[in-house]
Amino acid sequence: MSLLIYAESADGKFKKVAFELASYAKKVAESLGTTVTAVTVNAGNVSDLSKYGVDKVLKVSNDKLANFNAKAYADVVKQAAQKEGAKVILLSSTTDSLYMAPIVAVGLDAGFASNVVGLPISTSPFQVKRNAFSNKAFNITEITTDVKVLSLAKNSYGLVESASSATEEDFAPSLNEADFNVKVASVEKTSGKVTIADADIVVSGGRGLKGPENWGMLEELASVLGAATACSKPVSDLGWRPHSEHVGQTGKPVATNLYIAIGISGAIQHIAGINSSKVKVVINSDADAPFFKVADYGVVGDAFDIVPRLTQKLKEFKAQNA
Amino acid sequence: MKILVCISHVPDTTSKINFVNGDSEFDTNGVQFVINPNDEFGLTRAIWFQEQQGATVTVVNVGGPDAEATLRKALAIGANEAIRVNANPTDGFFVAKQLAEVVKSGGYDLVICGKESLDYNGGMVPGMLAGLLDYNFVNSCTELTIEGTSAKVAREIDGGKETIAASLPLVIGGQKGLVEEKDLRIPNMRGIMTARTKVLTVLEPVAANVNTKAVKFEKPAPKSAVKLFSADDLDGLVNALHNEAKVI
Repeated sequence: MSLLIYAESADGKFKKVAFELASYAKKVAESLGTTVTAVTVNAGNVSDLSKYGVDKVLKVSNDKLANFNAKAYADVVKQAAQKEGAKVILLSSTTDSLYMAPIVAVGLDAGFASNVVGLPISTSPFQVKRNAFSNKAFNITEITTDVKVLSLAKNSYGLVESASSATEEDFAPSLNEADFNVKVASVEKTSGKVTIADADIVVSGGRGLKGPENWGMLEELASVLGAATACSKPVSDLGWRPHSEHVGQTGKPVATNLYIAIGISGAIQHIAGINSSKVKVVINSDADAPFFKVADYGVVGDAFDIVPRLTQKLKEFKAQNA
Repeated sequence: MKILVCISHVPDTTSKINFVNGDSEFDTNGVQFVINPNDEFGLTRAIWFQEQQGATVTVVNVGGPDAEATLRKALAIGANEAIRVNANPTDGFFVAKQLAEVVKSGGYDLVICGKESLDYNGGMVPGMLAGLLDYNFVNSCTELTIEGTSAKVAREIDGGKETIAASLPLVIGGQKGLVEEKDLRIPNMRGIMTARTKVLTVLEPVAANVNTKAVKFEKPAPKSAVKLFSADDLDGLVNALHNEAKVI
């Protein structure tokens, strides 16, 4: 019956979430007594998936799929699932995968659980734990259909290597012309910067930074750590930083390994957006800032004094541990 | 142009989240319910189309009688009429199925949903609705303009944005950016008075599978206290991040 994952790639290279999904799938497949098949679209070297326990790769190469198209990609995943007789279909929780997952679910008459945060609690009945209420709670969801679609929350399982030798097979699903009625006219990518979606570390600033002209020190800290920069809602509302950097309940969710909040007091909506991050560091001059209640580490003090010195310390640390 | 805006009735973003009945139900005690923020951006954009292009705007919710206050608020903001499908929104597929019936019988050209609701965060209704209707679909929309039957849409992608051309009929999953936050409408007295006379139709639900069940809720485990470092001990912080937390 197999278990199918959609291994997401960009510019021919797998995203890290694809390897996390494969790691997760391997474990779920073991508990179901089955194997892992991955479907890929215009990905280059698929052998990397073998490191994470994938048994078989269905390779789709099609120029019409050069840009992501939710309905067409959903067709690909649906037909791959049908070909393999897959009962469990796993996707990541990226913007693209979450875009197509509900269409896949409808196409396969499958129940769908998004933002799943761990291995199934039980496989019969099939129950998973997922984020709900903007990360303020978890919901145990039971999928009652024969075929099940799940999307795995980023950084919720991690990478677990498990060598296998995947067989590769070219796969040419039939695509519906009507799916291409939604046409991509242009794509604008933020170049040369780590994006919040890809980052393992995010350095975020709030109103305590006093103005957009002070973001240089944040960017320098981010650059030392290979981190993305982000901001609180008031900062994006004031136009100091773009909306795409706004982290919180109505902005972007962040589930990184390390989240460093500088000059952010910690409104409930902001905390909800970053709660899935593993380690939180808060730098704030106000010792009573609510953010300290949810932080792992904190420094009470002036960001303008602390951030440049912390950047220097981290540079030295990186130099010693290079 | 006939626009349907799908409205979720969700706890206000500042709500404390608690559960009752053996953690199987959300505790609504003392909770203020609001229009789901992602839907509110879509509603305001729809009202813009109404004012600028003569569109009619219907709002719809799948929920119990308590959701009518939220629908009345949408009417006070300017929607022409409202529909409530009288059912407990058990799962995303059930909701999408009800909405699909409303769309089919009403012949809407544009269906605006929020990309996700802030309670269950399933993010599945817009895509399932588009799938059930076989309509064009764009998710995570941050800009939307319509000319005739052509739509120009921008959507957020990881690390940038994509501009898309599509034709009506169209379903979108909208979010912040569809309108600026400062342009969100607050009902004025005239709107509130007018809303009382607008039509709010109650429909009975159609049969639909329940594909998922919310069995139980859990709250995150309480956190241990923050470990504070003095401003003079940044080495201590770097050391903790490396040796203890193992994140650098």
